[in-house]
Amino acid sequence: MYTDKVMEHFRNPRNMGEIPNADGIGTVGNPVCGDLMTMYIKVKENRIENIKFKTYGCGAAIATSSMTTELAKGKTLEEAMKITRASVADSLGGLPKVKMHCSNLAADALHAAIEDYREKTKK
Amino acid sequence: MNSQKERRICMDFSAGKPVDPRIIDEMLIYMNSSFGNPSSIHTLGQEAKKAIEKSREAVAKLVNAEEPGTIIFTSGATESNNLAIKGIANRNKNRGTKILTSSVEHMSIVNPCKLMIRKGFQVVFLPVDRFGLLDLDKLETELDDNTTIVSIVYANGEIGTIEPMKEISKIVHTKKAYLHVDATAACGQIPIDVQAENIDLLTISSNDMYGPKGVGALYIKKGTSIEPIIQGGGQERGLRSGTENVAGILGFAKAAEIAQNEMHRHSKRITKLRDDLIKGLIDPIPHAYLNGHPTQRLPDNVSTRYSFIEGESILLSLDIMGIYASSGSACAAKTLQPSHVLLALGLQPEEAHGSLMLTLGRDNTQEHVDELKSVLPNIVKRLRDMSPLTPKDLKS
Repeated sequence: MYTDKVMEHFRNPRNMGEIPNADGIGTVGNPVCGDLMTMYIKVKENRIENIKFKTYGCGAAIATSSMTTELAKGKTLEEAMKITRASVADSLGGLPKVKMHCSNLAADALHAAIEDYREKTKK
Repeated sequence: MNSQKERRICMDFSAGKPVDPRIIDEMLIYMNSSFGNPSSIHTLGQEAKKAIEKSREAVAKLVNAEEPGTIIFTSGATESNNLAIKGIANRNKNRGTKILTSSVEHMSIVNPCKLMIRKGFQVVFLPVDRFGLLDLDKLETELDDNTTIVSIVYANGEIGTIEPMKEISKIVHTKKAYLHVDATAACGQIPIDVQAENIDLLTISSNDMYGPKGVGALYIKKGTSIEPIIQGGGQERGLRSGTENVAGILGFAKAAEIAQNEMHRHSKRITKLRDDLIKGLIDPIPHAYLNGHPTQRLPDNVSTRYSFIEGESILLSLDIMGIYASSGSACAAKTLQPSHVLLALGLQPEEAHGSLMLTLGRDNTQEHVDELKSVLPNIVKRLRDMSPLTPKDLKS
């Protein structure tokens, strides 16, 4: 059902946890639907210096969260905004069709965290 | 992890069971030298016919049917359920157009019922209590002269709850309605007596009692008005056309015989494992709950749920350890909906998502149970550490 890459990220998720004084926080999903994820980012000189996630959901939800943090770490905010659901799925070697919509929300959570950061630092 | 992957512990036996090795050789004869068509006049055909009639006796005996002719062989429980709902409702539509069923039925009852709604029938999905027991008062109020069939599961395979069938039967027969009972999960685990319990139609599955897949039966009490859903050469008293699955039917019957002889011993052992497992999967874990009835429960069923985490992640984590389980979570389902059975108990979708369903089989041992008890708390803890949900998110 899942690719080896998905299972590898499910087994060993990267950057799991919270950042206590995060510069931006983004949460998407709904526990009623079975998926909820929060992304925490620390920004330094317009780059994502640190990123962590917490996810409630299926294997795909956890693996896409993990992969998104890997893709985003070290990127400029503009580059990170270009990470999409499709590019996350591609990096994992693909996802089952039914999971593309409901469990592949991590890129959205990342974008929400960046927007939260921009909102907070707006003068 | 590799060494652990080599170990295989199946605790998902309601999804599929191995065929009892004692019956395979005999099945092979009917795929091999005795390959005849039971409708043929010649000796080869009559050999096959004889095997089917002997099989009918064995299945009839298992549920104490009044005579072997009441057993109609089908392709499995799904077909039997379809035949019961459509065959009774359509045949008796001049007398009434109302169908009663419960809200904890298998999809092979739910979807035929939904089809009947589109065809102009009235269907009522009766509520259950938080354990999954049918609301008998509601059955009594909904049952009327317009009702032709009441279809209630003997015991739900997902949560294990055994319905009070004698009481249900008593109520149903105060009117002229037929009682159909889906005994797919129950038959072969607990004794069923269609005469003592006054059941008019009963669905039985072969694989659920260690017979081959693709075979089942519908018991139809003598004198019941029913029409076929498959037309053809008129096999099975015209109620199920198509050349009989001779080897499958024979295997089914052998499995029924074995179930009858060994049910008591097997169920006693499995019930002990079940209760130990339930305790071990709930007591040491906070926010862990049992689904279904604590005592009115199938011997093989362990259904639990864990707040703040999602069932598919539990299944994958167990699979990595070589343990095979199931869940009522939306994410583990093709439909992306949480199990309607769990929702019928009054659970919120987010509660149903965290469900873990285990069904034990003859192969399971105390070591398997101990293994699961030792790994699950860590799996739940790991997934909860990952989850943004906490006890603070609980609705008061």
